[in-house]
Amino acid sequence: MNTTRKGPFWLEPLSHFVLIVAVAFALYPVLWVISLALDGVQRPVARAIPWPESPSLDNFRAILFARGGGGEWLFVRQLTNSIVISAATALTAIAIATPAAYALARFPDFVGAKGGTKALLATQMFPGVASAVPLYMLLDKLRLLDTRSGLVLVYATTAVPFAIFQLRGAFETIPKDLEEAAMVDGATRFQAFVKVVLPAARPALAVTALFAFMSAWNEFILAATFLSRESAFTLPVALQRHVGEYDAAWGKFAAGSIIVSVPVMALFYALQKNLVGGLTSGGVKG
Amino acid sequence: MRALAREALALVCAMILIVCARDAAAQRTVTVWHPYRGAEQQAFDQVLQAFERAHPGVSVTTLAVPFDAYAAKLEAAIPRGNGPDLFVDAHERIPSYLARRIITSADTAIARVGSDLEPIALEAVQSGSERYGVPLALKCLALFVDEELWERAGRPSLDSLESIARARAALPPSAYPLVYYASNAYFHSAIVHALGGQLFDPQRGTYAFDGSPAIESLTFVQRLLADRVIPPEVDGASVTPYFRSGRAMTVISGPWLVGELGGGRRYRVVVLPRVRDGGRVMSPFVTVEVAFLASNARAPELANELAAYLASPAAARVRATVGRQVVATQSVWSEPELANDAVLAAFRRAASRGRVMPTHNNMRLSWEPANQAIRRALRDPRATRVAIDQGRRRYEDASRPLPAKRSPLPLQLALGLIALAIALRSVQRARDPDFRAAVKRSMPAYAYVTHAVVIVALLVVLPLVLGATTSLYAGRDGALEYVGGANYWDIITARGGSLFASGTFYAVLLVTVLWTVANLALHVSIGVVLALVLSRPLLKLRAVYRVLLIIPWAVPSYVTALAWKGIFHRQTGAMNAILSSLGVEPISWFAQFSTAFAANVVTNTWLGFPFMMVVTIGALAAIPKDLYEAAEVDGATPWQQFRHITLPLLRPTLLPAVSMGAVWTFNQFNVIFLVSGGEPDGATEILVTEAYRWAFTRQAQYGYAAAYAVLIFGVLVLGTRLLERLTLGKQGGSK
Repeated sequence: MNTTRKGPFWLEPLSHFVLIVAVAFALYPVLWVISLALDGVQRPVARAIPWPESPSLDNFRAILFARGGGGEWLFVRQLTNSIVISAATALTAIAIATPAAYALARFPDFVGAKGGTKALLATQMFPGVASAVPLYMLLDKLRLLDTRSGLVLVYATTAVPFAIFQLRGAFETIPKDLEEAAMVDGATRFQAFVKVVLPAARPALAVTALFAFMSAWNEFILAATFLSRESAFTLPVALQRHVGEYDAAWGKFAAGSIIVSVPVMALFYALQKNLVGGLTSGGVKG
Repeated sequence: MRALAREALALVCAMILIVCARDAAAQRTVTVWHPYRGAEQQAFDQVLQAFERAHPGVSVTTLAVPFDAYAAKLEAAIPRGNGPDLFVDAHERIPSYLARRIITSADTAIARVGSDLEPIALEAVQSGSERYGVPLALKCLALFVDEELWERAGRPSLDSLESIARARAALPPSAYPLVYYASNAYFHSAIVHALGGQLFDPQRGTYAFDGSPAIESLTFVQRLLADRVIPPEVDGASVTPYFRSGRAMTVISGPWLVGELGGGRRYRVVVLPRVRDGGRVMSPFVTVEVAFLASNARAPELANELAAYLASPAAARVRATVGRQVVATQSVWSEPELANDAVLAAFRRAASRGRVMPTHNNMRLSWEPANQAIRRALRDPRATRVAIDQGRRRYEDASRPLPAKRSPLPLQLALGLIALAIALRSVQRARDPDFRAAVKRSMPAYAYVTHAVVIVALLVVLPLVLGATTSLYAGRDGALEYVGGANYWDIITARGGSLFASGTFYAVLLVTVLWTVANLALHVSIGVVLALVLSRPLLKLRAVYRVLLIIPWAVPSYVTALAWKGIFHRQTGAMNAILSSLGVEPISWFAQFSTAFAANVVTNTWLGFPFMMVVTIGALAAIPKDLYEAAEVDGATPWQQFRHITLPLLRPTLLPAVSMGAVWTFNQFNVIFLVSGGEPDGATEILVTEAYRWAFTRQAQYGYAAAYAVLIFGVLVLGTRLLERLTLGKQGGSK
């Protein structure tokens, strides 16, 4: 569209109108969840405007101050688990993906590069429905079942293919001259990679880490299958417990959802400046 | 000296022995898994603590497993020795657990308390000559009566559904004589039983929801709906608000409702009525909650003891009074505290009139077809017979005879040949000097990729390959046998039926493609429009808008999917509230394909547009400004600038994002599964959710599900290839 300064006078109000409609669309379900969480009633009631019928903080209290069988403060334990597992997932995924992505960007013709890229792309297309049981057996063999490390390993490796594509795109946009200059000055390629390329790719690294973090933060089926102690559960697993076969405590579920969403949203907004630059440089090419 | 040494040695030995003995005592741990929440969990924990007090040196570890993951977790953990010693589940899973060999006989535990347990509960856990699991509690449906409304309606007789229906005239229009989850087979079966029919024939092990009892039961409920005796489209979740807000004179529900009602209304619980005046009484299915002894237990003796303790009068008393369970231990019912508990006593009477849920393996396959038949018939009374026939067909589909077992020899031979060919080829290449030079040149790259290759191969590719290999096997409940390509053949030929009949691979594929195209079109157009607006240089509040617009991306998708499902709910949903405030009739969103599909698309559009928007903002920022300035100098109109500068320059960044988005949308499980759940009649199901159903709700036919997964993969590979070729062609043409 016209990005010059001039434009018809109605363009400004029209833009705001479009944006306000979009914001309303984006916020509506979120407000709904918030009103449900703040409502003392555990069931939704028909209302066009999301406003709690009888506002109370009981649902939040029930989630935040739940105690486990041993009297430990479950919420804090599970929050810690979630943070540790997600952060470790992000770091591991980045650590595995970054060198591989660099190699694909700088030596695109090495033997096996084509096949490897195709295989990576293929893993994104294969639905995961069938792989939970083999993964369980594998972790059992590696004696990593019911451990945070096992879960981190699984999350990180599933995040790696997308991370490689993301980072390869980012590295491709960084001019080769930068490293070559450093190498002329006597740095090895690895030193140039660490000292020159990585700092230049910081936005993309941040965004890729964010995606890995989010996928680990939100996952619950594998976590519920692999973990066997309530104090080892992550927050989404604990949250899922409020939804049963015949009945569900929607108010508690909503309050828990908000608590689970807030940290990841905060992270998202802290990194959102990088989001624009970090994403576009990526992109998946077969 | 030597004596001293000997004494010292003896002392050390004794100490070691004592320490060991104490360790052995301290190490006596028994692990228990259960699905309880709320009051039931509280009571259960209390009972376990009492067990620990009575058995010094024993500690009980519990795990409350979320319902969604319960069965899968048990089936994965127990065979590998990672499971519990004892777990609580419903009795109808006995055959499935037996087939997987994850439970053992509970005869010794039952021998300690057996004579005190309800006979029907003991009958329920009998399989062959042995009993599996100690019965803890009974669950079934009963009738809740709102005293105030009942009095207002002139205290009508609660003897039959027909007499309850006559209260319609005496009640205000906003209230209903009866509210229950009418479209669910579990609830409907109580009516079918009263009319002499059944859902499932346990003797012959076949689906039985057809013939005149089925038609009669459905026409009966259709009339209740038409006469406004029951409200339209009530699901399990919306019964409670009707009762709590005083708009339901009676409600059919289970013991779980008690915990949700609180003290808001005066009510009583009675057994289910007859269907017709003077006819037979409704007979609900009774589920027995059982303490199962796991095979591979680490502390089998303790587990035995604990199972017997759970059923003992002391424990049963706590489970009944604190956990509000209808306990299967008879002697506690004569105690005054329980004898005077009208609600529990009513549920107990209801259970005694009920019929124990058949444990036949195919019983669990009957629910989905019966549910769909009932829903369809209630939506469209003229289609009652068609709906019943369709239900039977679906059942036959799900319970199809397994393909014949085949020798894996051809496969092994083929694999061997392929391996040989690969080996020969690598030897040949290794001899080729050009190739060796290329490998040598690639060495620096390998230093960077080897670790990633190893890890991804081990933890991503290997599980996927193993999963894909399952597609050559068939079996139910984990007992797999090699059948070659029979699963694929069955899927591709629709087992001889019409290729585009509902539920076939092709029909579902069509829906999936439609779903992907609709979503991508909306994601891209909304994303691009918003990005263009946000990229206008003089826009005020840009940062605020941008922050608010990426909210959908930041919230976990299963949370928002459930929120959207709530918004589209017929009774309690905001969408219908908005429509009715505009004077439009409320819509049953999930009753026809078009609106159910639209609800899914709206949800997924909400989830996906921020990604496209952010990608486009970045791409717009990368377009050099002088291009526009030059174009303006040349007198190009804004539209021409958009058409000839913006669009062509957006394409290279958008294309990869679109193809990635296509793959994600094609396999978008959460939205379909949580929002429409495939409604109506599985019409909005996409391939991934269909694969999931074969794996998890149709007797764990993992092989069939895996074949679906492989076919999805094939379709995606072909699809992305095609897309690539098409867009590359276009790009070449426009340049």
